[in-house]
Amino acid sequence: MLHIKCPHCGLRSQNEFSYGGDATVKRPELNKEISDQDWDNFVYLRKSPRGKHLELWQHISGCRQWIKVERDTLTHEIFKTLKANEEV
Amino acid sequence: MSEKFRLDKGGLINRNKKLSFKFNGKKYSGFEGDTLASALIANGVHLVGRSFKYHRPRGFFGAGVDEPYAIVQMNRNNEVDPNVRATEQELFEGLEAKSVNCWPNVDFDIGAINNFLGKFFPAGFYYKTFMWPKSFWYKVYEPIIRKAAGFGEASIKHDKEKYEHKYEYCDLLITGSGPSGLASAYAAAQNGAKVILAEDKSRFGGSLLTSEVTIGNQSGKEWAEKIISELKLMPNVIVKNRSQVFGYYDHNMLVMSERVSDHLPKTEKYIPKQRLWYIRAKEVIISSGSIERPLVFGNNDTPGVMLSSAAKEYLKIYGVLVGKKPLVFTNNDSGYETAIEFKKNGIDPIVLDTRKSPNSEIIKEAKDLNINIKFSYVVVAAKGYKKVKSADIAKISDDKKNVSNIENIGCDCICVSGFWTPTIHLASQSGNKTKFKDEIDAFIPSQSKQKETTLGSANGIFTLEETLKTSFEKGSELSKQITNKENKIAVPTVVEKKSSNHDKFWCVPLPEGKNYKRFLDFQNDVAVSDIQLALREGYRSIEHVKRYTTLGMATDQGRTSNLNGLQLVSDIENKVVPQVGHTTFRPPYSPVSIGAIVGREIGKHSKPTRKSPMHYWHEKNNAVFVDAGVWLRPRYYKQGNENLFEASKREAKNVRQNVGVCDVTTLGKIDIKGPDSAEFLNRVYTNAWLKLPVGKARYGVMLREDGIVMDDGTTTRISENHYHMTTTTAQAANVLSHLEYYLQLVWPELNVNVVSSTEQWAGAAIAGPKSRDVLQKLFPDLDLSNEGLPFMGYMEGNLFGVNAKIYRISFSGELAYEVNVESDNGNYMWEKIMEIGKDFNIQPYGTEALSTLRIEMGHVAGSELDGRTIPYDNSLDGLVSKKKDFIGKRSLSKAAYVASDRQKIVGVIPLDKKTSIPEGSYIVKDAKAKLPNPKLGHISASCWSVEYDNPFSLAIIKDGRNMIGQKLFAMSPLKNKTIPVQIVSSHYVDPKGERVRS
Repeated sequence: MLHIKCPHCGLRSQNEFSYGGDATVKRPELNKEISDQDWDNFVYLRKSPRGKHLELWQHISGCRQWIKVERDTLTHEIFKTLKANEEV
Repeated sequence: MSEKFRLDKGGLINRNKKLSFKFNGKKYSGFEGDTLASALIANGVHLVGRSFKYHRPRGFFGAGVDEPYAIVQMNRNNEVDPNVRATEQELFEGLEAKSVNCWPNVDFDIGAINNFLGKFFPAGFYYKTFMWPKSFWYKVYEPIIRKAAGFGEASIKHDKEKYEHKYEYCDLLITGSGPSGLASAYAAAQNGAKVILAEDKSRFGGSLLTSEVTIGNQSGKEWAEKIISELKLMPNVIVKNRSQVFGYYDHNMLVMSERVSDHLPKTEKYIPKQRLWYIRAKEVIISSGSIERPLVFGNNDTPGVMLSSAAKEYLKIYGVLVGKKPLVFTNNDSGYETAIEFKKNGIDPIVLDTRKSPNSEIIKEAKDLNINIKFSYVVVAAKGYKKVKSADIAKISDDKKNVSNIENIGCDCICVSGFWTPTIHLASQSGNKTKFKDEIDAFIPSQSKQKETTLGSANGIFTLEETLKTSFEKGSELSKQITNKENKIAVPTVVEKKSSNHDKFWCVPLPEGKNYKRFLDFQNDVAVSDIQLALREGYRSIEHVKRYTTLGMATDQGRTSNLNGLQLVSDIENKVVPQVGHTTFRPPYSPVSIGAIVGREIGKHSKPTRKSPMHYWHEKNNAVFVDAGVWLRPRYYKQGNENLFEASKREAKNVRQNVGVCDVTTLGKIDIKGPDSAEFLNRVYTNAWLKLPVGKARYGVMLREDGIVMDDGTTTRISENHYHMTTTTAQAANVLSHLEYYLQLVWPELNVNVVSSTEQWAGAAIAGPKSRDVLQKLFPDLDLSNEGLPFMGYMEGNLFGVNAKIYRISFSGELAYEVNVESDNGNYMWEKIMEIGKDFNIQPYGTEALSTLRIEMGHVAGSELDGRTIPYDNSLDGLVSKKKDFIGKRSLSKAAYVASDRQKIVGVIPLDKKTSIPEGSYIVKDAKAKLPNPKLGHISASCWSVEYDNPFSLAIIKDGRNMIGQKLFAMSPLKNKTIPVQIVSSHYVDPKGERVRS
């Protein structure tokens, strides 16, 4: 079980969090023309990297904040955790 | 039967307390402090089981967790417990156990015929044999294999025992209380670190209990006792025996199984049988020691052949002789310790040493004791079927390739020592890259991935002096990093005998013309010939060899077999062992009961049960409950002998005719506040929200980004910047996370806050033509006329002293209201409604009637919003704004979503107007078409229409809008039904929606 440092609450066990996928995906702006291909990429396509991955987790059983976690998908090492509005 | 093999004195057992026990129905005696294994050996019992494949007689091989044979089925306090190692099961008064994997009994086992058919059971036998004919698999092969397989039988009864989980955090977790564990724990504890010391046996001390060493001025055992008693008194130390750390998971999370009550006749009240510890440790010290390796020779599985360290343990801890004419077969000095122990107790052993002319202190001591030692000698084969009776021994050539001078000598046990294998399972599980240490012919941990350190013999260090020195140092160093304290401890002086090098020889060649089985994996019956065959057949990767031959795949995880298997593969392949590599170790290190893993989360405790504030009223009024997610909701209220169908029909009818009341507390509720709330809702919902006036509710549909409907519900504008959102019961948590996601990550510029208020409000839906009358009496001061509180209106009121929120919304299609009060007042509200409603024939209604009412109206719910449908499919496209953007809008223009024959919701009526259509039935054009019959869609919900008194269903079918009026078939292969149906509009009752506005 991972040990995740919530930037708001501190180190907590993985079972307090829920996974939220790739944190680098940006939602296209509202009311903006976008091609089918770009939209499909946003909705469906995700990279599945072996190694460093910036991902979202929500501290659902804690502060309910969405946070960013930089994690190695191979070793599970967590390099850094960030608040939702912080960039790596 | 008397304990003929028990010494008169010695051992750590309590000779003042005699215990009686039963094995295979026969009565025996032992002492407190015995294991089942030691007590059986004391009674001369060596035949305890049959092997897995050939059903060969099997005895005891080890004295602890390494035991591959002696697996028994326990019967404790009327509960069966399979897969118990006799070497780990402590004896208690009245213990009952029996052998497994034998029928009709262990002495006469029919399966033993496999032994004589051995040539038909080569490696990969199952893969090769049971392939054809294919049809035989389910009916013939599988049942037979299942019957023959396995160690013991699990109980089919509910387990009455209690199991617990416990979470613990510590600075240092130390796994094993041998010299390295004790020294490192002591040093760390002195530095003020929070330490957990876990020992899987009942006694602390590990090898110190059986080795002849001096630490300071004490014997090893006395020193261990002193350290343990000091540790136990320290507040920062948890010391646990009977506790096996079996798994090393991510981020230094380890799991330990504590056998709290297995050593007692009965679990005491309020005490669990076993406890599972989840331990998050800052540092882990693996001090799990090492396990002796077997030597491989003919019939080396005969009962009476065992590890020499085990023989020594039975002698020194239990005062039990494993035999009276022992043969010690060794390639290193450890065998001598056992031989000397025999000699000291008046038994004359013969030592066969594979080495030509070794020299060391301990060999000299053995010689001085006049022990008969034969150098360059080996055991070729053990003789005897159910117990060793003699052994063929022989001289081995210097190149170890040939044996000569074979002679038969009498013996009743053969104690083997093939040197030591470090127990690296936990280190390997942690991700440690292990390396092969040539001097000890075994793998040791090397590069850590997590915060773990392996010490002592688990790390390939076999001298006590070095073990203690490094363990004190490491314990101190690691704890100092955490506590910033350092209490220097002087490392005590150690007196121990120096060993000479071991012989790298481990497998005795077969003499010419002999075809003895030489076993590598004792639990899975894998012999040398099986590995040879696998390699001949082309298997190369050790992972493949393992799976093909099942080497090391038994419950003992190859503790005694892995390295010899690797040696064999590397010998045949002409490679060195590190090139062959070892297979992956996975948790659990030793079997863990399912009970311990599940803990207290059984039955109703597997998930929380949520009850509304009105729950006890429902209970008192004969509600029959149904699980709705984690909620318990009344399904119907039973009157007299009514069944579900009759009751729900009565309840629904009463709503249509008079008035009903339904507990809607379970609906998800989210409080939304902030100046940008309207803008936020406008982006979340498909319809327009910017112009919703204060005091008005609106129905909304929200999508996922892929255009699929996520949830629906009404949201009410309570004040300028305050909204009250409702969600479906099931989606409440997901919707909240969804909103938080967009507010925190996508549109952080919106000034909006959301919080769940589901538990703050109790809700009652009052529905039916007479609902206004009821409401008017509940709130006599309010203007509740159609003008005063129109459809989708909102009002606050005072319900006999409590604040109430009134929403004029309807799920039933009737004139209806939802009244919310604070949860604490929920029951009060409910009783008032029932009291006042009496004059209007009010009746409570449950979820079944609720479904009937919504289905006839064509209102969609979870069975239509099933994660596969878009707004159009549910006839919700009228709510999709063309002007503004919202979550998921861009997806709705996908080709499949705008296809002209896109699926759409319809109503379905059986032509005979009698036959109810099972939910999940397929809709097809032609009931007799060739299979697979193309399906148009499926029935999502069915009810008995109380309005028309005939069955009515909803279905989502291809090209639904053009199907209205068509005659099709509903087929349910599951229920073997084919029903001719007519497709109608999904709005079966009141299609214009006049009633809700009346």
